[in-house]
Amino acid sequence: MIRRRCAIAVKNVLEAVHDAMQEEMRRDERVFVLGEDVGRRGGVFLATNGFLDEFGEARVMDTPLAESSIAGVALGAAMHGMRPIAEIQFGDFIWPIFNQIVGEAARVRYGTKGKLSVPMVVRTPHGGGVRGGLYHSQSIEAYFYHTPGLKVVAPATPFDAKGLLKSAIRDDDPVIFLEHKRTYRLVQGEVPDEDYTLPIGKADVKRQGTDVTIVTYGLMVHHCLEAARELEEEGVSCEVVDVRTLRPLDMDTILESVAKTGKALVVHEDNKFGGVGGEIAATISEEGFEFLDGPVTRLAGPEVPAMPYSPLLEDMYMINPAKIAQAIRKLSAY
Amino acid sequence: MATANRSKRQDPSSPLDSETLLEMYRQMVLSRTLDERIWMLNRQGKAAIVASSQGHEAGQIGSVYALQRGKDQFYIYYRDLAVMLTLGMTPEEILLGFMAKAGEPLSGARQFPTHGAYLELGIVNQSNVIATHLPQAVGAALAAKMKGEDYIVIVYFGDGATSAGDTHEALNFASLHKLPVIFFCENNKYATSVPQHKQMAVESIASRAEGYAMPGISIDGCDVVAVYEAVSEAAKRARSGMGPTLIEAMVERFLPHTSDDDDSIYRPKGEIEEARKRDPLKALNLSLTSLGILDAETDKQYLDEARSIVNEATDLAEAAPFPDTSDFMEHVYYS
Repeated sequence: MIRRRCAIAVKNVLEAVHDAMQEEMRRDERVFVLGEDVGRRGGVFLATNGFLDEFGEARVMDTPLAESSIAGVALGAAMHGMRPIAEIQFGDFIWPIFNQIVGEAARVRYGTKGKLSVPMVVRTPHGGGVRGGLYHSQSIEAYFYHTPGLKVVAPATPFDAKGLLKSAIRDDDPVIFLEHKRTYRLVQGEVPDEDYTLPIGKADVKRQGTDVTIVTYGLMVHHCLEAARELEEEGVSCEVVDVRTLRPLDMDTILESVAKTGKALVVHEDNKFGGVGGEIAATISEEGFEFLDGPVTRLAGPEVPAMPYSPLLEDMYMINPAKIAQAIRKLSAY
Repeated sequence: MATANRSKRQDPSSPLDSETLLEMYRQMVLSRTLDERIWMLNRQGKAAIVASSQGHEAGQIGSVYALQRGKDQFYIYYRDLAVMLTLGMTPEEILLGFMAKAGEPLSGARQFPTHGAYLELGIVNQSNVIATHLPQAVGAALAAKMKGEDYIVIVYFGDGATSAGDTHEALNFASLHKLPVIFFCENNKYATSVPQHKQMAVESIASRAEGYAMPGISIDGCDVVAVYEAVSEAAKRARSGMGPTLIEAMVERFLPHTSDDDDSIYRPKGEIEEARKRDPLKALNLSLTSLGILDAETDKQYLDEARSIVNEATDLAEAAPFPDTSDFMEHVYYS
């Protein structure tokens, strides 16, 4: 008897995103991509590289440079039985679609009492640390995760990116899929060639620990893991919870971890004020107050509108392993 | 019901036979009667908000008759009462919406009156936000093309909507891909209180079509036959893969923007009286009378019938309860 072994390859996040879309387009004719430069160019990051030749112009649509219609047309097509994947070239360019997504897509199911669905995905590279300056570095999650009716996903690894993007494409509700552009080529990992999905709304404990819980997502998962390794040498055991999905938010996994450690540090690159960390911290305080041995702490982007271009200025903005390690030391000593 | 005169085609130049013209007239009488009733209910405190279709009816009814009911998709906006009725919504269903009652079919009374979706009739009216539905209608047309289905889409909007960026993006996208969609602008020359000349430098909204390499036509939106002909032509183009058409139907707004508006503040004296001379209901009455299709007896019969339908619908809607609150958290997500 010959046992078939599952093929596993090492891929980066960009390849995982590419493969997820390609496999879903092969699986389901209703899936198509539209966006700026997604055709012959294959996307500015090459997420749709080769798609035009394989799937043709009808399913790989280069759109006019007009984001609102990318989302609005996708929304209309989704309401009529298609499963569009809209690519917004950079998160910083997403604001023209805010009305079509927050005002429209998120409310269609509620506003028609379930008669219409919006099975669409908006994919966009976000985040900084890539010398992107004020208009190619921004974190945008807080603006969307506030909205009932939307789902917001922000994977950190190639394995998670592929499994979650497939779930997003199969989901019957609008999903904002945030790919941290710094992870695209930097972060590699094992990705099965087989078809698999990961549940939207389920966090993943990326590292077990007993002293401090670090709650994070996206690029920061990797920085937190690095800081946790450093702290281990100092005798502090950190548990790293990668929430993976910002809405729905898996508070059960977070609270379970905090119950064990008694201390919680929330880390994100996005601005601290009004950011996702505020919601996580507030819910830990409301529902996990009894577990706490120290203040729920946030380490997040500073009060500047976006990320500066010049390297030293950009470093001032970015959360890095050293800053995280410092925050852990302070919290663990409380 | 009996009609006074069932003879075919009294007017050889008209594309519509006399029976159809009478049906359209009857529909218009019903729409006007219902619209007036909704205002009365508003003034009685029973309907929170009204945006009237009075003066727009010929554009709305003529366009629906030119399309395939039950198949084509109608992306309407808030002033399209006569479209909804002509597509088959009942006055009772409409009034349940205005009075926010249980059984309201579009949104379960979650939304403003006339908003939501009625899929069996091909009606989609998700948003209150001007012009957001134009790209969505284009997406609906794109889906038809991708799925190889032969429905076409008509999207209705006011003159104010043509100032919005979404309108430009929608027209450009639709023309680029030759999508089966008709852009139907009901130009009543006012965006709430702002007259057309303060909204745009062009005199003709139809002239903008040139910028998208699509046909644009301005028509008398108070003439139901002219509307029928223009939309039929646009539908023919859409169905044969020739792409979209922009139709500007010149209509009149007899009443304030909504029941919360006071148009005496901004409309010049005498303007509405002048507009009422173009009343589409009177125009169709005169035309059908002069053609010998309509007589006074039938006219009265239609009005009596409309009043009785609207009275009954009012009673039913008033008697209906408000929606059950137990499901107010439902349908945020699929699961």
